[in-house]
Amino acid sequence: MDKIVFDIAHLLAGSILLVSFMMLYQDRLSALLNLFALHAVLLALSVAWQAHVHAAPHLYVTAMIALFFKALFIPLALHRIVVRLNIHRQIETVVGVGLTMMLGMGLAALAMLLMVRITPDSDLLGREDLGFALATVMLGLLLMVTRRNAVSQVIGFMSLENGTILAATGAKGMPMVVEISVAFSILIAFIVIGVFLFRIRERFDTVDLQALDQFRGEQG
Amino acid sequence: MTILVVLSCVGLLLALPVAAIGIGARFTANSVIYGLAMVACLASLAAALGHLLADTGLVPAVTLPLGLPWLGAHFRLDALSAFFLAVVDLGGAAASLYGLGYGRHETAPRRVLPFFPVFVAGMQLVVLADDAFTFLFSWEFMSLASWALVIADHHERDNVRAGYVYLVMASFGTAALLLAFGLLAGPDGGYGFAAIRAASHSPASASLVLALLLLGAGSKAGLVPLHVWLPLAHPAAPSHVSALMSGVMTKVAIYAFVRVVFDLLGEPQWWWSMPVLALGGITAVLGVLYALMQHDLKRLLAYHTVENIGIIYIGLGLALAFRAEGLPAVAALALTAALFHVLNHMTFKSLLFFGAGAVLTVTGERDMEHLGGLIHRMPATAFAFLIGCAAISALPPFNGFVSEWLTFQAVLQGPKLALWGPKLLVPSVGALLALSAALAAGCFVKAFGVTFLSRPRSTAAATACDVDRFSLATMLLLALLCLLAGILPGLVIDTWGPVVGNLVGQRMPVQSVEPWLTIIPVAAGRSSYNGLLVFLFIAWAALTAAQVIHRWASHAMRRGPAWDCGYPDASPLTQYSASGFAQPIRRVFGSVVFRATEEVDMPPPGDTGPARLTVMVHDLVWATFYEPVARAIGILADRLNAFQYLTIRKYLSFVFVALVVLLLALELWL
Repeated sequence: MDKIVFDIAHLLAGSILLVSFMMLYQDRLSALLNLFALHAVLLALSVAWQAHVHAAPHLYVTAMIALFFKALFIPLALHRIVVRLNIHRQIETVVGVGLTMMLGMGLAALAMLLMVRITPDSDLLGREDLGFALATVMLGLLLMVTRRNAVSQVIGFMSLENGTILAATGAKGMPMVVEISVAFSILIAFIVIGVFLFRIRERFDTVDLQALDQFRGEQG
Repeated sequence: MTILVVLSCVGLLLALPVAAIGIGARFTANSVIYGLAMVACLASLAAALGHLLADTGLVPAVTLPLGLPWLGAHFRLDALSAFFLAVVDLGGAAASLYGLGYGRHETAPRRVLPFFPVFVAGMQLVVLADDAFTFLFSWEFMSLASWALVIADHHERDNVRAGYVYLVMASFGTAALLLAFGLLAGPDGGYGFAAIRAASHSPASASLVLALLLLGAGSKAGLVPLHVWLPLAHPAAPSHVSALMSGVMTKVAIYAFVRVVFDLLGEPQWWWSMPVLALGGITAVLGVLYALMQHDLKRLLAYHTVENIGIIYIGLGLALAFRAEGLPAVAALALTAALFHVLNHMTFKSLLFFGAGAVLTVTGERDMEHLGGLIHRMPATAFAFLIGCAAISALPPFNGFVSEWLTFQAVLQGPKLALWGPKLLVPSVGALLALSAALAAGCFVKAFGVTFLSRPRSTAAATACDVDRFSLATMLLLALLCLLAGILPGLVIDTWGPVVGNLVGQRMPVQSVEPWLTIIPVAAGRSSYNGLLVFLFIAWAALTAAQVIHRWASHAMRRGPAWDCGYPDASPLTQYSASGFAQPIRRVFGSVVFRATEEVDMPPPGDTGPARLTVMVHDLVWATFYEPVARAIGILADRLNAFQYLTIRKYLSFVFVALVVLLLALELWL
């Protein structure tokens, strides 16, 4: 029984990490949004599994929040924005895909090594989960760094947030208030960024941040 | 019970700013605030003195549920706290009384009134605090309140700069104290003073704490080379606040040093006394040399505070030296001398700042070169100021003499030391002390002579009249205190027997049993001093001389031209000036200490233009210690400027790289 519990949690957390990697090389915006939705669905599943294993019913609420807000509402809204902004075209990455993937693998290895090393006392399930979560956070940050487009930076930020929720649910006894506040902070960040995107678009006819840098008279 | 009385006085002072903002009318607000502040200070003073005199050995303590939730705010009133609380209260009460009159001339009272009681309350809280958190909080509270008072008159550029320098130095000092208490509390975080006292400190960390305290408390007290803010900030504040900062706040810094080094840190190591003594000696001499070069009355007084802090530190260093070598009786003598000087300096420095404030009020001048002749126009102020000058110059029968004499008695016990380091250092520090005392006397001859004697050098000085009765009453009361402490030193010494007894393990012999108010610090055969006899002799000699003169000379009062050199109607500018008075000393010491250079610019024959004498004085301390730091910070800031306006992605990259580097470091380190 323990073995299967461990394997399923492992599978789900690993899938989240895998989707993070897919997001890293996915350079088309709508595909990226779909991947993000998948990311959130996997997160919801993982959280639900943790709820089931630890018999912690409040985690189901977190899973629901992840499913409805992050997997459905936000990707749909962002799809609409992308369509309205008319930016289905290919997005340019700053660093080449190969290099990005190499960096991502290095980061994931670092995260795993570090987590296994610094938490020798915790149970194995928590340790592996924490390692995956840290790797997801790092990949989200890498995504933000390697993209120019504001929408993909928003996605990078939210995948980073998914990583922190994965870590939070892996750690036992995290009160639900925190999760709700996290979910709301994401929502607010999303709204603010959405509003800003439109403002930027109105002003500059593009959401390419490089244009903004040029407007400020600097080199991108 | 006592401590509750004291804390409710603090509470009253903390509530006063609300009243200050609430009361609209200017005169009412002034009277209410200073009046209530004085009442609070006097009540607290009575409680502190009562505690000190009762000497029951009880140490009232109270913990209030304020501050850090798991720590609370601990307050405790032991003999040391009671002594310094009495000093703070006495200074606070005097400044409040003076403020009743002086505050009415304030141009912007709302910039002073709310902060004044808060400042006093902050100082009271520092001496009452019994845990590191409360101590540091009160310390910073005191610093910020006084900073607000320094920049009260913010229209003057110099004041704003003074406030800036003060703020930087105060932050530096608090940072040093923070580290010191961090070391004292140890890894377990025992921030209560009781826990720190009980813990044993390793020699290395204890020495580091001593160094940090010399930096932290020393920067607030004004030890050279950390004194630079003091002559800028103290004169910038309104005069009663200058008196508080110079007379009282520096004593709170002394309290911090005594509390940690003598009380919390345990037994001193043999070499601790040496840096303290050396710094004290250098501070005393440099302070008075700087003071001699000043022509701004309040700045001169501020530099003298530096000198007196040096004298106090010499006393503390001597106490450390004797205590480390197991001579508690002599250590008690040195510590008593230091504490006596703490009280004395508070009294006469407040008195002198009040006098300078009175001169400033009626003439609008701080520059001595524009004053003169004020003894005829402000006789009462001049009288009080003269007593203050005599006291600070350590002339008998006033109090300054007693404490410096006691310090010398401790210096003369130097040969009892066994170790050669302190043994050789003590006499040289004694020589520095003697030098500074002599220079101080010269400096106050200059201050009093140029300001109050001779003929007025400006119309403002010529048309002055004496100040209001509150200011006069304050100055005369303090002058009386100077005299009383000078002729009744035995009573004063006995009062803080318990303070000294707690800190070095032995008290000085009881003095009040000696006949005729004599004080005998060591043994009757060695030395004794009788302030009352000296006073009576001086009074008798002066009266007799006056009698003789009036008997054998004309009774008529004659007023003759002063120093007219055969030109009776020359301009007042031909009189002896302040810089002229200081010139011989500047020539002797200046070329080394200040790198002073004089240039005479003589016009060629036939040219009717005036000849010019230009004196250039460099502040070596500023050039050696502060300019390089300021330059380095400037260069660093210029470099960092490049990071100011980057793109969002670059900032994100920095965050990302920093995170990865930290994680890698963690990985490699573990």
